[in-house]
Amino acid sequence: MNKTKKKTEKIIFESEKDVPLVPMSLGSMLYNKTGAWRNIRPVIDTSNCLQCGICWKFCPDVAILIENEFPVVDYVYCKGCGICAEECPSKCIAMVEEEK
Amino acid sequence: MKKEKTMKLSLPTEELMSSGHLACQGCAATLAMRYVLKALGQKTALCIPACCWSVIDGPFPHSSLDVPIFHCAFETAASSASGLKAGLEMVGDTETTVVAWAGDGGTFDIGIQALSGAAERNDDIIYVCYDNEAYMNTGIQRSSATPYGAWTTTTPVKHFKNRPKKDIDAIMAAHRIPYQATANTSYPEDLFRKMKKAKGIKGTRFFHIYAPCPTGWKCRPEDSIKLGRMVVQNCMFPLYEVENGEKYTINIKPREKKPVADYIRLQGRFRHLTDADIAYIQQEVDRNWERLLKRAEC
Amino acid sequence: MKKVIMGNHALSWGATLARAQVIAAYPITPQTQVVELLSEMCASKKLDAKFIKVESEHSAMAACIAASLAGARTFTATSAQGLTLMHELLHWASGGRMPVVMGNINRAMAPGWSIWTDQNDSLSQRDTGWMQFYCASNQEVLDTVIQAFKVSEALMIPSMVILDAFALSHTYEVVEIPDQDKVDAYLPPFNPPVRLTPSDPHAFGGLTGPEHYFELRYKLQIDMEKAPALIEESGREYERMFGRYLGEVEDYRCDDAELIFVSSGTAGYTGRVAVDALRQEGVRAGNLRIKVFRPFPFERVRRIAAGAKKIAVVDRNISYGHHGIFYQEVKSALYGKDHGVPVFGYITGLGGRDVTPDTFKEIARHALTKDEPDEEIVWIGVKK
Repeated sequence: MNKTKKKTEKIIFESEKDVPLVPMSLGSMLYNKTGAWRNIRPVIDTSNCLQCGICWKFCPDVAILIENEFPVVDYVYCKGCGICAEECPSKCIAMVEEEK
Repeated sequence: MKKEKTMKLSLPTEELMSSGHLACQGCAATLAMRYVLKALGQKTALCIPACCWSVIDGPFPHSSLDVPIFHCAFETAASSASGLKAGLEMVGDTETTVVAWAGDGGTFDIGIQALSGAAERNDDIIYVCYDNEAYMNTGIQRSSATPYGAWTTTTPVKHFKNRPKKDIDAIMAAHRIPYQATANTSYPEDLFRKMKKAKGIKGTRFFHIYAPCPTGWKCRPEDSIKLGRMVVQNCMFPLYEVENGEKYTINIKPREKKPVADYIRLQGRFRHLTDADIAYIQQEVDRNWERLLKRAEC
Repeated sequence: MKKVIMGNHALSWGATLARAQVIAAYPITPQTQVVELLSEMCASKKLDAKFIKVESEHSAMAACIAASLAGARTFTATSAQGLTLMHELLHWASGGRMPVVMGNINRAMAPGWSIWTDQNDSLSQRDTGWMQFYCASNQEVLDTVIQAFKVSEALMIPSMVILDAFALSHTYEVVEIPDQDKVDAYLPPFNPPVRLTPSDPHAFGGLTGPEHYFELRYKLQIDMEKAPALIEESGREYERMFGRYLGEVEDYRCDDAELIFVSSGTAGYTGRVAVDALRQEGVRAGNLRIKVFRPFPFERVRRIAAGAKKIAVVDRNISYGHHGIFYQEVKSALYGKDHGVPVFGYITGLGGRDVTPDTFKEIARHALTKDEPDEEIVWIGVKK
């Protein structure tokens, strides 16, 4: 669902000639894998999932996607804030320590 | 075999905000943006002054939004939006919704002149203030939106903020703009509905969105949504709309007002408050609620 | 069509003929007539523009910047306190590459309150990355607004067209108002290389780290360095189409001059009167009026100054703790060059104190008796 037409790699300019005239963005933030920020991760037990959509709705990082009618955590970007686990009405999301 | 039903989501699935942005864990300001953009769609242009979102969006040359953003000077959210709207219309684009997207500092304090000017002229913009109740981007300094009793780096515990939160909604109502509303990221469908309604109105529309900040409020990141619910249930930040500065519609009237103490206890920025302080806060919340109810009756 | 109009109205006419599309302005003496006539032009549909009646000059520049980013041609006007209130945003317009054109009436900075002319307000903006054009006649004001849009939009660099308070802003002169068709042929519609639009979304002006900022600003300077050639080219084109050349400087009898005054604004015309009078007395004087101050006309100043024995710079401004500003810049432009002409600096006319041919004569008398300039500032006309 992360629909963006822009480039998804980090942009580095080799020369001023490549720098845009007007200071403006040329790419998306998808290069920035914010999953590296977390030390706990949400784990969804879909067997108890009510498919209510609340976890998807309240994720500040758009890191819960809907696949085949069920929520799926996008661990590349999930920051581990815990809102999904806190708000889940059937308490089927557990926040688990990241293995180091 | 479990019977799988289709998910019925309460909001459109299209995202105009991507992952990878720089917001703190549990930031409600990003939820505010996510919901507002779902309501307004891709034909939107944002003017973002200095505030958390100037950084959240990502560094040059990257952006996490699929709508154009004009990063503007701190005081100029409203004046930039007015100018942008005028410019777009003069080059033939009368459809793009121009939104000024500012924090509480850029709205209540340094940006209030430009906001008042735009509102008085009834410029055709939507002004959104996401309120995390302090200058968060610069490291949690006090603003006039900081609530009574809060610790911030410029109102340390011994001199906690002892002035009430500025009533920006009353100030905007005094401008008699066609539409304004308070909103809350814990009630996304309400915010979505109001923003859709605002989109169809011409003139200055103002949104005051309550946006918990775990970093600045010293609360748990997972409590962001819970705090937003509490603040409506205890009437500290009521959800209401005002049309033309006169017609007040309160969206949620809790049958049983919850005590503010429960809300206060969840945030480290209030940890130093005594029972007497909390009682005072409760009294002020009650008074403000009564005043709002009276306005809604007229 | 010839009209007798005041300097302020020459600005309004320039903006109208240039087909400015968004105007955001706030009133300040002595600029008010600029915006008053522009609102009439908008109301009578002579000018198809949106006029935003903003609540301060800071908001005026903010609105102009944003409108320019949307692709609209923008104009505003201000003076002194208003210009300096915009200061933060002047940096924004140049750094953001928005070709706003602004009229500034040179007015002395408060305190005490003064509505009379000197140049400190605009000169203290010289580092903001705006081109600066100092005009000496109402005709020049009108013509320069049109040229400024052309050059600014070609380079994506904002510019200010500057005139003296009262001495020019409120002085009535005969002005030839060019035909709209001819102006349209000279100045086509604004067509920026990039604009803010949802159909091609970008974030403009976001957080820029040390790894990127330097190149962005390098590009601004490189483009500013293209301005002198563009000003010359567009100035010659204006001459072909309208009969009036718009150059970087005005050279009056400098060819065989031993003493050259360097002056600007209306004092730049007063200098010519003084030169004629001095020539009658046998002094080979000349007057170099600097019109384009940013970008600084290095090449022309060096070429014209080369033949003189002395340069006397007449500054109607001062950078406190240093010297007059045109003096500093002329002196640094001539430093180290082969001819080594001594440059004398004079400060006069602050706060609107009159600058007359006698002022120039007094300056000439002083410069001619000295071989080398003094270290101390020479003040002309101050009651010591």
